[in-house]
Parts: sequence; C-alpha cells; structure tokens
Amino acid sequence: MTKSPPVDRLFDSPYILMCPPRFYGIEYEINPWMSRERQADHALATQQWNALFQILQSTGATIELVEPQPGLPDLVFTANAAMVFGRRCYLSRFRHQQRQGEEQHFRATLANLGFDVEELPSDFYFEGAGDALFCGETLFAGYRIRSTARSLQEIARRIDRAVICLELVDSRFYHLDTCFCPLSPHQAIWFPPAFDEYGQRVLRQSIPDLIELDETEAAAFAANAVVVGRQVVTNSGCPKLAAALRSRGFEPIETPLSEFGKAGGSAKCLTLRLDGEEAFR
Amino acid sequence: MPGSAQQVPGGVSEDVEVSGHIIDSLLLPKVLDCITQRGGSFDILELTVGQQRKDASYARVRVHAASQGELDQIIAVIGDHGAVSINSEDCRLVAADIEGAFPEGFYSTTNRETQIRIDGNWLTVALQEMDCGIVVSADHQTARCLPMTEVAIGDLIVVGHVGVRITPEERVERGTGFEFMDSAVSSEKPKRVAARRVAEWMVETKRSGGKTLIVGGPAIVHTDSIDYVCDLIQRGYIQKLFAGNALATHDIENALYGTSLGVNLEEGDIVQSGHEHHLRAINTIRRCGGIRPAVEQGVLKSGIMFECVQHDVEFLLAGSIRDDGPLPEVITDCLVAQQKMRVGVRDVTFCLMLSTMLHSVAVGNLLPASVRVVCVDINPSTVIKLSDRGSSQTIPIVTDIEPFLRALVEEVHRLEQAG
Repeated sequence: MTKSPPVDRLFDSPYILMCPPRFYGIEYEINPWMSRERQADHALATQQWNALFQILQSTGATIELVEPQPGLPDLVFTANAAMVFGRRCYLSRFRHQQRQGEEQHFRATLANLGFDVEELPSDFYFEGAGDALFCGETLFAGYRIRSTARSLQEIARRIDRAVICLELVDSRFYHLDTCFCPLSPHQAIWFPPAFDEYGQRVLRQSIPDLIELDETEAAAFAANAVVVGRQVVTNSGCPKLAAALRSRGFEPIETPLSEFGKAGGSAKCLTLRLDGEEAFR
Repeated sequence: MPGSAQQVPGGVSEDVEVSGHIIDSLLLPKVLDCITQRGGSFDILELTVGQQRKDASYARVRVHAASQGELDQIIAVIGDHGAVSINSEDCRLVAADIEGAFPEGFYSTTNRETQIRIDGNWLTVALQEMDCGIVVSADHQTARCLPMTEVAIGDLIVVGHVGVRITPEERVERGTGFEFMDSAVSSEKPKRVAARRVAEWMVETKRSGGKTLIVGGPAIVHTDSIDYVCDLIQRGYIQKLFAGNALATHDIENALYGTSLGVNLEEGDIVQSGHEHHLRAINTIRRCGGIRPAVEQGVLKSGIMFECVQHDVEFLLAGSIRDDGPLPEVITDCLVAQQKMRVGVRDVTFCLMLSTMLHSVAVGNLLPASVRVVCVDINPSTVIKLSDRGSSQTIPIVTDIEPFLRALVEEVHRLEQAG
C-alpha cells in the first residue's frame, strides 16, 4: 500500500505546466469539435496561447514548458499529461492512438521536474487531469468516453483517497474538465446534462455549492477554467459564469481561446497544475 | 433485494467483481440496475463496505441471464462501469511485502481444484489446500497453494477473485449405497452397508496403487480395535498413519501391559496401579530412543505401532499441549507437524478418519476435495465440524469404532476371497 502523500503544498507559488502551440493544428478528428475542414488559425492560436500564458504569469504562477513535438498537435493540452498527487503523478494512457505518442514526452518532462512518474497497466485508458479533479479530499473522475472506470478504481487503490467515478454521457463533454471545475473544497462549476442521473445525484450530494452552466456557456468551455487563488481564467463568452463567480468573491478573467475550442479544448486543457489544484486538500 | 434471483432453468450465469468507492459514487446500484434493465438478475455473493470515507468497498455479484447472448451483453455493459468478469482477465499478482503474511485482499483458497488465468492461459494450481493463498512462480509457469506462514518477501501472490476459477463441487456419488449418507448426519443408519462400501474403496485403492491414510484417535485402543487395524496394515491396506501421542502411547501400553489407560482390555477391569502404565510405557520407549528402536531392540513386539514399523507404514505423530511424555517421535511444534502432514498427504488417495476430532479436522484442512474421506466417529459433531470447515467431500459414519472396524475387516476379507 502506498503511503499517504504530503497534504501541505509542495511549492511556494502556483506551478503550472504548459506546451507552446508551435505544432498545434487540427490533424485528426477524435471528438465532435474537431474537423479538418475547420482548421485552426495558427497565428491566432499562438497569440491566444501567449495571452493565456501572460495572464497566468501575472497571477504569480511559475510556468514550466513541455518541448513541442512535430506530429503531436495535441501536446499543447497538458492537462492530459498526468494526474498529479503530491510528488507522484499518474501518467496518462491515451485511448486514441493519435495521442499515445505524447506519453513519452510527458513522462520525460515530469520526471525531469522531479516527479515520481507512475504508470497504469498497458490495457488501461486514463487521460490525466482531464478526467481526474480533486474537490477537497475527494477525487472526482470522469469515465466512459476516454478514461475507463477500472483505471480510476486502480488510481483510487494507489492514492488511498475516495475516488468518485462519474459517467460522462455527452460526447461533446468527453473529458471531466470540460463539464466540471472545482473552485474550492466545497464549490464547483458544472454542466449537469454531461452526466448521467447517478452522477448528477452524486455531485449534488457531494458538493454544497454548485454553479450550473447553461448549454451555451458550457459549449463555450466555461467549465474548462483555470483556477489560481480567487482568479478564474476562462475562454471569453461566459458572462453568466463570470457573474456567478463575482457574486461568490472570485475574480473571473476571460481571454479568447477560440482556436483551441476547434480541437475541443480551452484554458484548463492548456494547463496542468503541478502543485495541486486550488480545491485540493 | 430487488433483482436478486435464482438462476432460471436453462439460464446462464457469470461472476463479476466491482471495487472502489462503489457506494458513494452509486456505481454498485448502477451496475445492478443495468443488469435488471437488460432482463438479467443477480445475487450479491460478497459485499464489503469501506468503514471510512476513503476506504474502498468491494462486491462480488453473480449475474444471471436467460441466454449466453443476453449474458454477454450485460457483462459488456456493466464492464464499462468497472464490473469485471472474474474469468475474462488475468489474475492480479501482488508481490508479498512482508514475510509470513499475504498482501491485503489475497485470494483465499478452497480445497477444490483451482485454476488461475495468467498471460491469457488457464493454469491449474498445484498442492490444492483450503485456507491458503496462491503463489505464482516468477516465470508464470507454475502456481501452488501457499500457507500464510511460508510467505517470503517478493512471492507473487494472487489478489482478488479476477482470473480465478474453481471446479464445481461434485455431489457424493449416487446409487452406491451412499445416497443416504449425504444428507443429515445420523446414527440411525445401517452400518454394514457403510463398512462394505469403505472396504470396496480400500481394496480398490490398494489394487490401483493408491495410498490409504488412517487418521486415528486412542479410542481405537480403548475399544479394543487394535487387531483390526493391525490386520489391515498386515494386508497392505494402510500406507500412512497420522495420530497424536495418545494413540501410539495406549497402543504401546497395551503391547507392554495389556491395558489401555490402566483398563485391562481382555477383562475390562481396572488394574492395580494401571494408571501408571501409559507413563511407564512412554518412559520405556524414551529409554529405547523411540518406537522404531524399541521394535528393533525387541522391546515392542505387537500392536499398531509395531506393525507400522514392520510394514513400513509412514506414521506421523503430532503433539498437543496436554500430552504426557511425549513419545520421542511426537512432533511438538505444531507448525512443523502441520507442514510434515501437508507433505505427507500429497500422494494420499483415500483417507479414513477414526475417532479423533482435532486430527481429523487438521487433516481435512490439508486434503484437496478430490481425495475421498470417510470419517467414523461416535460423536456426530466431529463429522459435522469437518463439513462445516469446508471438507464437504467427507462421508460421515456415526457409530462406535469397534463394530465398524470389525465389519470393515470382515468385508475386506470377503472381498479378498471373492477375488
């Protein structure tokens, strides 16, 4: 049995992993957002990514970079590198062959940063922080579309924490981080129709303050937010969420990320929080 | 429980397991709902609920469906929610991290033939024994049952039920004169029929080159049944004897003094200072250096132990805390005795337990279900205990040992004469 991790923060400031979009583009179609007919504007994508980078830097975060690799356009979505748990991280096993090449680069980067990189058996699918988000002491985990329930059960066994598996039922919201975002140990953003009835019941029972998104803002990736302290960075076009956040004392920051939306990702997908999410305890 | 049902006639079933935080995340209710929504039914075979919020829960569920097609569909759907058919995947191996203890969640064995799935192939587990774990060799080529005390750090131990299957229990054979024996234990049954059937098995075992083990208590001596056992040894029907200090002691007491616990076996009366006889017998054997030396020195000239030495019957005497003496051959470390018994039963094909509760239960624990066991005891609770502890293949005969052995020897003689 693995030991419990240090609950104290391991780092002095927020610590984030990103990957510049040098080789980003729509080269294949593995989710409903992707269409090779609807190519990303590379220059605009670079501009949007740089803006996000600067916003995060301005929050006081330290940012590490993964070296971009030709032929791996989605390497830019570092949320899917792994799930970080203290000094350990659980490397992703991508469901789609198109992304499996990313694993070795994430493994090397995380190992270089000093993490103990753990892997799951080769026949398991698990897509990192894209499908595994702490809210308080509990890990909420999405399954069915990308990660499998068995992988999440295996993670639960290894981290000795409660892991709540939530079935994702809408292919547009194929990762948990596209429809659920913990803000603090007792607060989260969510889009209920992305979950089945069991999942909706569980989330309502587990988290006291849930900010519900409407269809329009959910489709604008409002749930794919980066939380740093009280600041919440999202794609632009989420005014209702922004108001809900402000009323709770958060500071919403919107920045256009339209070119990444074409690949099914947004602010959160472009980052991996290495020091543990804000809502993690 | 809703949905819980027995298998429908002509239906099929399969066991699955689901683990993790299956209560809090409603995964278990979801899996059970999926089964019933698709026309199946289920039995929860095992459910362990985590005590604290972070603790995982575990359920083993038998899924029933009307056809294999329906069952396959159900298994596929619930598989998406983390329910794993225990036959569809390799068993899970965890390296032992502590000497003398299994990893948590180890698969606990039964006495029935067991196979494990490893690297996609089914491998039969050797040295089948109940209440053990299963250890797999580093090259994944062999597997065997392993007692807890023998676990070494690094041993690959099977954990969970996935990839483990056991051969279903066979009912006691019918139409053999024993159909009445597999119901409740009762003393009100004809013993002659039972003795005849046991005689047939002993003759059959001898003819086929098998080995018969007698597990015996001192009642064999107290009831003046020594000669019957000696007769069976002389005729080659017994290859092994497992007993405690008492059987050997009173057998030798009788050989040296004609008494058993001071009672004259010819007259049935108590002999002057007879209570000392068994101690004096033990002392004599200890002075000789053991039972075998006593036979070789001409001190011990008759009885069961004498015949064992004369006919190379392997005997194993396991001690207990109340033993007098004990005799030099008695193994006083019970783990050592258990291990020697474990090795000793490996080639046994028929086992006859005669009037000893503790030794019968101990040997029952070690024998695989494939070995036929007959337990003869005047106390019904002995044979019930054996069955309760998992030795369900045991055929119980509730009777006084002496008339049973007398009838058994007569039947063996009759069978020999019949050729």
